[in-house]
Amino acid sequence: MDFYLTALLQGLCFSAIALGIYISMKIFNIPDITTDGSYTLGGAVTGIMLTHHQSTWVILPVVIIAGALAGALTGLIHTKLKINALLAGILVMTGLYSVNLIVLGRSNLPVSDLPSLFNSFHLIADPNQNTLIIISIFVIVITFLIGYLLKTDFGIAMRATGNSESMIRALGVNTDRMKITGLALANALTALSGYLIVQFQGFADISMGIGIVIVGLGSVIIAETLINWFKITNIWICLALVLAGAVIFQLVLAFTLAMGVDPNLLKLVTAAFVLLIVSLPRLSFNKAS
Amino acid sequence: MIAINDIHKVFNKGKANQVNAVNGISINIKSEEFLVIVGSNGSGKTTLLNLVAGSVFPDKGTIVIDDNDVTKLADHRRSQWIARVFQNPMSGTASDLSILDNFRLAALRTKSKGLSIGINDQFKQQVKDKIATLGMGLENKIEQPMGTLSGGQRQALTLLMSVMDTCKVLLLDEPTAALDPRSAEVVMRTADKLISDFKLTAVLITHNLKDAFTYGTRIIQMGEGLIINDLDGEKKATLKQNDLFEWFG
Repeated sequence: MDFYLTALLQGLCFSAIALGIYISMKIFNIPDITTDGSYTLGGAVTGIMLTHHQSTWVILPVVIIAGALAGALTGLIHTKLKINALLAGILVMTGLYSVNLIVLGRSNLPVSDLPSLFNSFHLIADPNQNTLIIISIFVIVITFLIGYLLKTDFGIAMRATGNSESMIRALGVNTDRMKITGLALANALTALSGYLIVQFQGFADISMGIGIVIVGLGSVIIAETLINWFKITNIWICLALVLAGAVIFQLVLAFTLAMGVDPNLLKLVTAAFVLLIVSLPRLSFNKAS
Repeated sequence: MIAINDIHKVFNKGKANQVNAVNGISINIKSEEFLVIVGSNGSGKTTLLNLVAGSVFPDKGTIVIDDNDVTKLADHRRSQWIARVFQNPMSGTASDLSILDNFRLAALRTKSKGLSIGINDQFKQQVKDKIATLGMGLENKIEQPMGTLSGGQRQALTLLMSVMDTCKVLLLDEPTAALDPRSAEVVMRTADKLISDFKLTAVLITHNLKDAFTYGTRIIQMGEGLIINDLDGEKKATLKQNDLFEWFG
């Protein structure tokens, strides 16, 4: 059972990435893969600051700002230099690898015996359940903030930017600035996942971000399938489904491992799983027509 | 209200596919004037409208709106005077957002979109009352996504959205081109009513000569990026529909 609890916890850690991808991909309609770099950046900043005995609450805003800067850079390259968003993301992601290595100072940094977010409170004796409570509160707060933001006038303008650019420009919104803000927000959330994971697993690693974008994409695609299935328009339910998507994704991977699949095949299984979810609605749609 | 002075616009300059879209147009559009622009395809009508809106910038010449030189101002900053209705109903509204969200943004066209929740019961009622004036029965569907409506309904709502906030200039780029004749008539009547009720200065591009004849206080014909006919006031009023057909003869 502990095995699945760990998967649940990991899923909750990844829910920030899922929210970030939801913002860049679904709300702004921008395929942003700065993710791999900004996730590791969040992790690297957390790791190095923990070893320098900084409080987890001091690290939190630094991680958010670092992630936001990475996203804003991608946004600037995309909007001001008119470079394809995918390429802009790849460029920043590639550059960030070196930045992360410099921040981390080495390729792997253990932080497990240092004070972290998860051992700063002791609400319950069982450490796993204690972690579950802390991380749940953390994720609920983030989700609430994002949900509120999307409900505000600014949030409506954000949603319109990815939906009908000509309309929102005619209504007086600077779409370039809006996209830069959106990508900054998305990558700040991604960096938050790095912050959570490093403290959860007890180490920061330079390769922790490789292929992480698929975790976010997979979660969002699971959520989107459910959203389309049940024709949901309520923002709160959409966000809740994105969180559920992140958890389901990790549970499926845990289940795969539990079945005895070679861990070396994990990325292949992940890719196949995402492909399956993406193609499921289309397969059934084809049958109908 | 809108003063355009010797404006030029060339696309793809120096290349084989160079297009001289607008070749030195000067026109003064008075306050509360309803200008109709006709002309064959490629005559520069849409480019002229886009120059006024700020979607494209002129190579030469100046544009003044309400005594402000806006020649170098981006489109999203000209929105403090200008509201637009596009040819494609998709362009003027956001499909995935609810009717209410679309109206909320329209109500903030000249204001900043801040971090507070602006949709409250009072705003909902205001939108319902506005939409009820269309008589399309859409006032009870304001929570529905815009994408569930027909093109005609969306164009009519886009028109209403333009007067949700202070508006001086309304630009209509073939607003009925994608609509069936009945919807087209509803949209044109709505536009005409709003323009006179709110004392707007309006510019309408149309290929429908019947509309060009019926609506507006001034009509110009464009060709080769120039104005080749210009009738206003009395002359527009006494213009016969057959005379218009002869322009294209």
